[in-house]
This record gives sequence, structure tokens and C-alpha cells, in this order.
Amino acid sequence: MPLLEDGRLRPDDWTHVEDEAPLPEGPAIVSLARLRAEAASLAGRNAPLGVALPPETQPEEIAPFLDRLALIAVKMPKSKDGRAFTQIRALREHHGFAGEIRAAGHILPDQYAMLLRCGVTTVEVPEGTKPETWARSRDTIRIAYQAAQGADRPLSLLRRKLELA
Amino acid sequence: MNALTPPQYARTYRYDEIDREFLQERIAEFRGQVERRLAGELTEDEFKPLRLMNGLYLQLHAYMLRVAIPYGLLNSAQLRQLGKIARRWDRGFGHFTTRQNIQFNWTKLEDVPAMLEALAEVDMHAIQTSGNCIRNTTTDEYAGASPDEVVDPRVYAEILRQWSTLHPEFTWLPRKFKIAITGAPHDRVAAQVHDVGVLAKRNERGEVGFEVHAGGGLGRTPIIARKLRDWVPEAEFLAYMEAVLRVYNALGQRDNIYKARIKILVRDLGDEFTQMVEREYERMPRDKYRLDPEIVAAIAAHFAPPPFAALDDQPLPEDPEFRQWAEASVRAHKKPGYASVTISLKPIGGIPGDASAEQMEAVADLAERHSFGEIRVTHVQNLVLPHVRQEDLHALWQGLRAAGLATPNIGLISDIIACPGMDYCALATARSIPIAQRISERFASLDRQHDIGECFINISGCINACGHHHVAHIGILGVDKRGEEVYQITLGGSATNDAAIGELIGPAFSYDAVVDAVETLITTYIAHRAAGERFIDTYRRIGVMPFKDALYAPA
Amino acid sequence: MSTKAKARPATAPVVFTANRLRDGRVVWFGAEGTWRDRIDGTTPFAPAAAEEGLALAQQGERDQQVVGVYAVEVDPAGPTPLKFRERLRVQGPSVAAEAA
Ligand code: HEM
Ligand code: SF4
Repeated sequence: MPLLEDGRLRPDDWTHVEDEAPLPEGPAIVSLARLRAEAASLAGRNAPLGVALPPETQPEEIAPFLDRLALIAVKMPKSKDGRAFTQIRALREHHGFAGEIRAAGHILPDQYAMLLRCGVTTVEVPEGTKPETWARSRDTIRIAYQAAQGADRPLSLLRRKLELA
Repeated sequence: MNALTPPQYARTYRYDEIDREFLQERIAEFRGQVERRLAGELTEDEFKPLRLMNGLYLQLHAYMLRVAIPYGLLNSAQLRQLGKIARRWDRGFGHFTTRQNIQFNWTKLEDVPAMLEALAEVDMHAIQTSGNCIRNTTTDEYAGASPDEVVDPRVYAEILRQWSTLHPEFTWLPRKFKIAITGAPHDRVAAQVHDVGVLAKRNERGEVGFEVHAGGGLGRTPIIARKLRDWVPEAEFLAYMEAVLRVYNALGQRDNIYKARIKILVRDLGDEFTQMVEREYERMPRDKYRLDPEIVAAIAAHFAPPPFAALDDQPLPEDPEFRQWAEASVRAHKKPGYASVTISLKPIGGIPGDASAEQMEAVADLAERHSFGEIRVTHVQNLVLPHVRQEDLHALWQGLRAAGLATPNIGLISDIIACPGMDYCALATARSIPIAQRISERFASLDRQHDIGECFINISGCINACGHHHVAHIGILGVDKRGEEVYQITLGGSATNDAAIGELIGPAFSYDAVVDAVETLITTYIAHRAAGERFIDTYRRIGVMPFKDALYAPA
Repeated sequence: MSTKAKARPATAPVVFTANRLRDGRVVWFGAEGTWRDRIDGTTPFAPAAAEEGLALAQQGERDQQVVGVYAVEVDPAGPTPLKFRERLRVQGPSVAAEAA
């Protein structure tokens, strides 16, 4: 699946791994169940490790694993289901997670700017996606009334120019 | 002065360059989305949440555009512009709602970007008037004017408006989210039946803080809110709101829209909900969310009192017809010599909450002449001129009369709340407007209405309860019974400090019988009332039985 | 919205209604595959043909002409919808819908 970062498509070097399947050599995203069951052996791997965080899971539940994770994939089962926004913000704000946060599932270009402001890094998009649509949607509104994640200044005014990384 | 320039002293929040730029960007975004939709690049399923975020519904006969009137505040230039929009892109009228918004019922999709541009000319928009996001915050229509006010709620309603506008985390909530805020001990905003109800107050040192309630609501599961906290300090207001919304966004139900409102979560979790909010609040980086006193001061400056003259209270002129109107419509003001005036949008036999373009213009003119150019929209679908000199009241009344806006029925039985019902609404199970019209015609005699006294009738055309029927003294809910419209009656609801959900009185009445049933309820009240008792007082004293007996007694 | 038609098999003849995408006005599906402003003169589908009719009508959604296609049971005389809600869709609001 194509991957979107900074409004551009880029190759995805991560593999989603089924629970029963053997782990590949390179970067791998496993399920939460597998992460829990095989935490010790997974930690011993040399390649980067990621986990798919189901929408109903609170980020606290993966806190013990965070220092071993290079990627967390959150999922929007439907574009209307916005639980991922709170998960992403909590991962950045409460847990200080600095790795890649990737959003997958049914996501509209119109949600891109808000995902970025909550702290997302990449979005898995369907084949045939026009990255310009996403970039345009990200850039249309440059003003925000709230602080975004990763902003270095505390919110000293209710509003300020939106600074997308 | 240009027609789009608001009068100098009208205290509505004035946009600055950043706000205007934001709005232009937002319109550009929606214009693009409409173009993509019309070109077939967006399916209806994809477009629907986007149009809803811009206040655009698809109704029974057409699209409907719901425009935000932030916390019910308008200046005369804005009201005049709403009139212009009604004339140019609708059928010459608009419908004011219980959420202090206005709806245009005959909107065309292809016109919407132009309508939004016309709104932006007067710092207005339709953002977040629909969809599963934080909606327009509502507040007291007498803010800044009422003698019992402790804290000016407009300041914090504006802060909430800015904070909630395109909030990156809370725009895809499980369900819509409505906040009401009041700054007076007498609750005029129905705080306890909102997702979050806020009571702004002061401590002994005079500092501002907030009592926060959550989980109230009407709809198919009416629930009175739970108090989360007695006191949230001003600086922590947004942090605390963030905490409430975070818990809701993470845990609110997603798979059943009838259980997705925060009220269900709060009801199911009980005190655990409060604890979760507190835990989130404790651990968040509070500096980042702190509400700076400088911001509060900057926003409060928008709502500084207009230059009131030093006046004395005045006796009203002797004209009896004027007196009858004044008794219903005029309310005490915190400044001597001034009064607040409620303008009825409930003419006998009219459509509750509707105003024509001409009426909007007439009210705008009168507001400029008599109320520093300020108008408020009330949650019972009327308008208010907040600051009128008592010596001007008679002239104002004549002006209103000329525009057909002087029905002296505020708070009386024909001051009915009615949702659009099946005449417009795609979700309705029955009509509500014609019921309101026929009740108001039945009680057309103003002497009789004044004799009956305060009595709130609210009508909804389906269980979603947009007409607030649960919290009416007499609530009417239209339902479909095998293809026929029938109406259930509830008694004893209240939306103020003593908030209560009305009690269903018995089997439903047919379209033709419901007005007679209301009349029977009223004659029963008259027969039983003690001196000085309102309908609700008598009901509370004697209970439901006498009313039931009168309605269902074998003939 | 478009799921409504599937809710329950038709027991009476049906016509199809929708709102026009551009302006939201109520329209009715004519047998020739066109969408018309008035219900008069549309040819109802027999109950057994309702699903087939729906598929034809939904082409209007795919062509981005209309939104919210659904079936309306009718008395073929007219045709006239059996339900009050759709009769209102035919005649417009039962209350004054223009400024007085
Ligand atoms: C005409 C188009 C309208 C539609 C489609 C509509 C739809 C709905 C729906 C579906 C709900 C229930 C939401 C839920 O419980 O999750 C609701 C609630 C509500 N509506 Fe409307 N509505 C409309 C018009 C209005 C109008 C005109 C008013 C004001 C007069 C209004 C005021 C409200 C209020 C105050 C509630 C909240 C009740 C609660 O706490 O659940 N609505 N609306
Ligand atoms: S109560 Fe029902 S009928 Fe009335 S406006 Fe709300 S959704 Fe429509």
C-alpha cells in the first residue's frame, strides 16, 4: 500500500505480519496480541519493530513496550471513527513517543491536517491516491486556534499560525 | 457607515485579520469540496460528514443550511445580512432554532459557497453547526444585561468557540457535542440537559471559576447531567474541558448512534467517569492548556459594557395595549433606566421561530435605534434587544407592531417551541409546526393567555427531541402509529434550576384531538389552581391524576 | 439514506424518489431513466420488480445526478404515495413555505 509522508508518496519499508506468519528480516508491524505474547523474543530482534494499536485500546496498555517500538500504527475503521486522534495525541503527549505514528484505515484527505496536528507521521493510502489532494487539503487552512503536538512553544495565545512540521 | 459595518457599540466578538483569514481558508476548502462532489470525485458517503461540518443537511424537500449564531449574539449588520441571504438564496425567510442558530430551508448545494462568503462578510459562518463535533455553545440571552449576572458568560463562550473551532482531536467524536454556559444563578440555558453544562461563578475572593456538569441530554434517553466538579479555576478551564472530551472521544460508543452521546457513557460509568476525567486532568501538561489571563482580558474587551447613560427608572406610559405587551416582553436591566426586551417570533397562528427578511431588517433597524445595535437569539426561538432605554420602550413597541413583531405572549401558552417536524425534517415521524399553530390559534385571546399565565409548551416531531418536549410544562411528541400521526403528551418537565423530565401521561392523541387535549389540561389547571400558582406549580402540588382523569375520563 | 429501500420488501407498487444533487429538490424516477420534478406520470414498478427498479434508479446516484434514492409505495392512481411523509414530499410543506 502506498504511504504518504509530508504530502508526498514514498515507499513503505514496513511489512504487516500476520499472527501466525514468520517474521521477515526487515521492519515488521505485529498485532498487539503478538507483541504481548512474544515480547521477549521480539525485543531481541535486530530489525525495527512496530505494533498495530486497535482503536479500542488505550495507549497506556502498550506503555511498557514503547521503548522497543519504532512505529505504532493506529487504525480508523471508518473515517467517522475518530478514536485514533486521541490515541495519537496521548502517545505523543503523555508517553513522549518519538517514533513513527502511522494512520491506516478509511481516512479522508480532509482529515490529514488534523492527523498531523495530533502527531501523525505517515498515512497508508489506497492505490491510485493523488498526493496533491492530500497536500492541498493539508495546506488550505494554515491557522489554528489550539496548540498542536510537537509545537515547542506553550500555548500563550488561543490562536496562532499553524506550524506543520 | 457601510451596511456591513456593525455599529460601534454593538458588543459582538469582532474578528481580527487572523479570524478573517481563517474563515476565507475554510470557505475555500468547502468550495473545493463542493466542486469535488459535483464532479463526482467525492461520493455522498464521503461528502456527507464534510457538508455536515459546514452546517449543510439534506432535508425532506431540499438542502438546509444551518448558520451559527455564536452563543446567540448578533449585531444589526449581521442580522441585516441574514435577511439579505434569506431573500437572495432562500424563499425570503429564516428559521431561528432553540440552539440559537438560524436555518435556511431551501438552500441549493451549488449556492452554498456564495452564501458562506456573504456570511463571512459579517464575520459569520456555518462551521460545526452539525456533525459529530463540538457545536455552537449556547448561553444566556440576557448576558451583560441581567441584574442577577455574576460572571459574563459571553467571554467564556467565545473562548470555547475558538478552542472548539476545528479542534484537531475532537472533530470526529462518537456523536455531536453541545455545551451551554451561564453566568447567573438562575439557569436560563438548560445547562443540565446538555452534554456539558457550565455555571460560571465567583469565589469569596471574586475570582472566576466554573461548576461543570456533564452527560445531560434529551433525545430518546432524556438524562439530567451529573456534576463533575464544583470549581474549576479560570486558568484551567480549557484543560478541564480537554480532559472531559478526551475521555469521551476514547470511550464513547461508536457502534450504535443511539448510545453514542456522552450521556450514555456518563450514565454507565457513573462516578468512574468523573474519576477518569480527573486522572486525565491531573496528568496532562497543564501549562500548555493554561488559559492566560491576558487572553481572557483581551476577549472580555469585546464585551465591555456599551456607553450606558446615567438614567433613572421610569414609570411606563398608561396605554393599556402597550402595558400588556410590556408586561410580557420587558425585563429588568442591571442599569437603572434601561430594560431588556424580548421580541416574539410566535405570532398567533405563525410558524414558531420564523422571521421574514423584512422582519430581520426591521429588527436590525430597531436595534440600531434603541439597543446599541445588539440582538440576541433565545433558546425558545425569540429575539432579544438587550439594552433599551425605558423611555424608548413605547416607540420601540410601535416599531415592532409595524413589523408584526409585537405579539405580547412571551412566556405564555402560545410562546411555543416547535421543531420543524415532518414539514421539513427528513427524520420526523409527525408534523409539529401545524400543532403549534393550532394551539396558538385556540388560545388566541391574549386576555385568556395572560390569565393562564406562564406555561411552556414544547413540540418535537420525533424522538430526537429537538423541540425539547421533555423539559416543557406540557410536552408534545409526534410519533407515527401505523401511518397515522399521533401525539404523546408529557407533563411537568422543566429546563431551569429545578430541571426535570416530564412524565408521559397516557395514550397518544390524534392530530385532530391533541389541541382539545391541551385545552382540557389548561381547564383542569384553572379549576385547581391556588392563588398565584402557575401551571407547573399546580401540577407539582396536585400531581398527574386530576389531569389524567380529565383527559381519559369516559365521555 | 440509500439503505432505506432495502429495509423491507415492497408489498405495493413502488416509485423511486431522491433529491437532486445540485439543488436538493425532490425528484422522481421516470421509467425512461430520467429524473423528473413531478411524480405524475411516473410508472410504478410492481412489488416483484422493486429491486430491479432500485438498481436502475441508483444509477442516478452513481452518475452524480441525485442522492438518497429510496422506494416509495404508491397507489398506482396518480401515482399517490401511501405514506403521509411522501405525500408531503410530493406537495411540499403543509405550512406556508414562502414569506407572508
Ligand atoms: C431540521 C433538521 C434537523 C435535524 C435533521 C435534526 C436532527 C437531530 C438529531 C438526529 C438529534 C438527536 C441527536 C442525538 O441524540 O444523538 C437532534 C437533537 C437536537 N436538536 Fe435537532 N435536528 C434538526 C433541527 C433542529 C432544530 C430546528 C432545532 C432547534 C429548534 C434543533 C435542536 C436540537 C436540540 C436542542 C437537540 C438536542 C437534544 C438532545 O440533547 O439530544 N434541531 N437533532
Ligand atoms: S425532533 Fe425529530 S422531527 Fe424534529 S427537527 Fe429534530 S429530528 Fe426533526
